[in-house]
Amino acid sequence: MQRKRNWNIWIGFLLCVVGFLSYPFFFAQYPITRDVPWATFLIMAVGLLFLVSGLRRAFGRPQEYKGKIAGSILGVLSVAVVGLFCFGVFYASKQLPKSAGAPQVGQKAPEFSLVDTDKQQVSLASLFAAQLPATKKPPKGVFLVFYRGYW
Amino acid sequence: MAEIEQLGVEVVAVSVDSPEQSKDLQKEAGLTYVILSDLNAEAIRKYDLLHSKAGQDGHDVARPGEFLVDSNGVVRWVNLTEDFRVRARSEQFLAQARQLK
Repeated sequence: MQRKRNWNIWIGFLLCVVGFLSYPFFFAQYPITRDVPWATFLIMAVGLLFLVSGLRRAFGRPQEYKGKIAGSILGVLSVAVVGLFCFGVFYASKQLPKSAGAPQVGQKAPEFSLVDTDKQQVSLASLFAAQLPATKKPPKGVFLVFYRGYW
Repeated sequence: MAEIEQLGVEVVAVSVDSPEQSKDLQKEAGLTYVILSDLNAEAIRKYDLLHSKAGQDGHDVARPGEFLVDSNGVVRWVNLTEDFRVRARSEQFLAQARQLK
């Protein structure tokens, strides 16, 4: 008897990969699916369920279904993909220094003088001295955003 | 972005990138806010945000940090995320910005 192709294994693996890629390319853009990546985990969980069901077919009913070898390989790969994602989300992205010495609410913000993209010197004081184009008045506040940059 | 400026708050970004790199970024992304270049991480050190050797080629970079400073130079709101993925949401910040005088 011709054994049936074991699609669940392939669907499961594909969903794990799609889930992994969906995070950087889509879900990370929206805070609601970024901070807690539930949507990505949901896709991966469905993928793993497909895989498990495919593997049960392959090993439980080998006369009916193919997929012992492909299922084993794709199963390991899927677990690796999911594991890599968990590593990134639960460990790698949290490796930031503590910044205990950063200015706290109520403290004076340290003055600085740096160059802008036109190589003009800009200090905290000079920012408050200049007019803001949107309001034609000096700013009420400055929102300082430190970021990693290209490097 | 426009809403922040309407509230009278100037947005200023700081990184270790050179002015040229930041200018390219500004053009590519169509950014309108000020980008400052802290090549030697002077300001980044003052704000205790140095993430040493975390950049490409072991370059020092800034860890993410956000500060709202009022016109007296006093910090009114701080966000120091402990997770690179998790960033401040604009509504948290805007609520603080509205209280500035």
